[in-house]
Amino acid sequence: MTFWQKNLILLSSLLFFWFLCSFGFGILFSEYISFMKIGGFELGFWFSQQGSIYVFIILIFTYSYLVERLERKEKK
Amino acid sequence: MEAQTLTYIFVGLSFALYISIAIASRAKSTNDFYVAGKGVNPVANGMATAADWMSAASFLSMAGLIAFLGRDGSVYLMGWTGGYVLLALLLAPYLRKYGKYTVPDFIGERYYSNVARVVAVICLIFISFTYIAGQMRGVGIVFSRFLEVEIEMGVFIGMGIVFIYAVLGGMKGITYTQVAQYCVMIFAYLVPAIFLSIMLTGNPIPQLGFGDKLLNSDIYLINKLDKTIIDLGFSPYTEYSKSLIDIFCITAALMFGTAGLPHVIVRFFTVPNMQAARRSAGYALVFIAILYTTAPAVASFARLNFIDSVQNTFYEDAPDWFRNWENIGLISWMDKNQDGKMQYSSGSPFVESRPIFTDKRGSLGQRLLENEANTSSSNEVYLDRDIIVLANPEIANLPIWVIALVAAGGLAAALSTAAGLLLVISSSISHDLMKQTFMPQITEKKELLYARLAAGITILLAGLLGIFPPAFVAQVVAFAFGLAASTLFPVLFMGIFSKKTTKEAAIGGMLTGLVFTFSYIVFFKFISPELNNSDYWFLGISPEGIGVIGMILNFLIMLLVTKSSKNPPESVMDLVETIRRP
Repeated sequence: MTFWQKNLILLSSLLFFWFLCSFGFGILFSEYISFMKIGGFELGFWFSQQGSIYVFIILIFTYSYLVERLERKEKK
Repeated sequence: MEAQTLTYIFVGLSFALYISIAIASRAKSTNDFYVAGKGVNPVANGMATAADWMSAASFLSMAGLIAFLGRDGSVYLMGWTGGYVLLALLLAPYLRKYGKYTVPDFIGERYYSNVARVVAVICLIFISFTYIAGQMRGVGIVFSRFLEVEIEMGVFIGMGIVFIYAVLGGMKGITYTQVAQYCVMIFAYLVPAIFLSIMLTGNPIPQLGFGDKLLNSDIYLINKLDKTIIDLGFSPYTEYSKSLIDIFCITAALMFGTAGLPHVIVRFFTVPNMQAARRSAGYALVFIAILYTTAPAVASFARLNFIDSVQNTFYEDAPDWFRNWENIGLISWMDKNQDGKMQYSSGSPFVESRPIFTDKRGSLGQRLLENEANTSSSNEVYLDRDIIVLANPEIANLPIWVIALVAAGGLAAALSTAAGLLLVISSSISHDLMKQTFMPQITEKKELLYARLAAGITILLAGLLGIFPPAFVAQVVAFAFGLAASTLFPVLFMGIFSKKTTKEAAIGGMLTGLVFTFSYIVFFKFISPELNNSDYWFLGISPEGIGVIGMILNFLIMLLVTKSSKNPPESVMDLVETIRRP
């Protein structure tokens, strides 16, 4: 596989989590996970007003770390 | 010392700081002016991006908006942060690798066409102008409340300050000023939030206090809030009241719109390389998240607090802040049942949408209104949502220096965003229209002069919009994001991820997205506002979320047209190959 193909796979898998935690947990399946609680929050509500934002940050730094590793290999 | 004197000192000191930074880092070349010499540290750029991104609306209005929208307010929280994932993963590093000065620059060269470049400039100017008018208005509001000068005077002072540091310093000047503005802004936002959180829940971290139990009680704050507002006839705080498809589309339009906003994208042109661009987007989101995760907490604290201090209280016992804001005209009380107490519940207190004050006072000292009472609701209190953040320190009885600090923070938020927008407008005029399209023979010195002239003229126009706000300013926010999502984002994305997309496809795609989104919004907001409800919307999608459909159309047109036009020249495919390489 070329560097670009590996990059595309990495991108799509991280974007899957991006979609899952915001549009998924925060909106579409929010009702189905609401029986779970974090403190006073129902889980769906927490994802839509707090959790998704934390996940976004983790995703960006994960991508940055992993793709830089790919790039170093590619340069060798 | 009086609150006002202290506010003058705080605001004066912060302005002096911004101007001295700008003088120390003024631009000497077009490279400095457009992209800060491409030498900005990724963390500093992250902070500057956060200040650039968080406007008067984020700082002043968002918590108030969420306080009254409840769960529906999540669209702003997810929408305005999730876009950074798209930026960091899909656009910023590649556009940085390309290495020129503006967004239309990339579109013009990648799609080998000056027509594409000019269409991009038009989209950019439209997006940025709707945005900048709101900033100048924010400056005016802060000045009139805290410094008791006329809104017009406030806008003039704001214009003067931005003029000095944006025109002198260019991108380099505003980057370092924005770093300072971020610090002022975030400190000013967090201090009242922390105090409010301790006051209500005993937990000093607002993000946790939001999910914690109320002080000396076994009830969670969020459950108490839900119960209180349901009792008053509002819909529950923790459940969506809009349809899921609309919530989905608005969130998506804001996310893709964020990723396509030119003044955000160019921030990533100022760092040394593509790795730095990616990391910088991550830092930017960290700095943004500090405010964005605090906002919903502040929203819930403020809503609960407001109801507690107002509901069934005698007007004579109303707290001072209530009367302060009533004097400015952003709160009003109409004693419909003549009991001398304020009743607050769902529904509007009067038939009109805003209070119309007479210059008379009632027997209790309240300002009398000319409005016609709305008999179908027992609500007597009108509250402008925009004051929540500004009023918080007073509501929480915080010391006066906190009030002064919040005023300085609000100004920092408005000025930093205005400066960023100003710069993308002026550089797209001097660089894309003049240097690249109509007057290619001008020297670098001339180009720099034109860039400064364009910045000066843009400030004047923006100031005028702030002084004479068109009634539709609030209505057109949907425009900026919808248009960015339906025009610039798809073209930038395909420009990087597909080598074969042609200039015909890009021009056709941008125009389709622009015309579709523009007409849909104009139809429902201006031509037939009486039809603006889900019965008439396409698939139940409101004008705020329609940018997503515009974006899908744009992608479809690009795919179809690319199939039927001949391949881009070899040099363009090589360009795409180069920007993908690490």
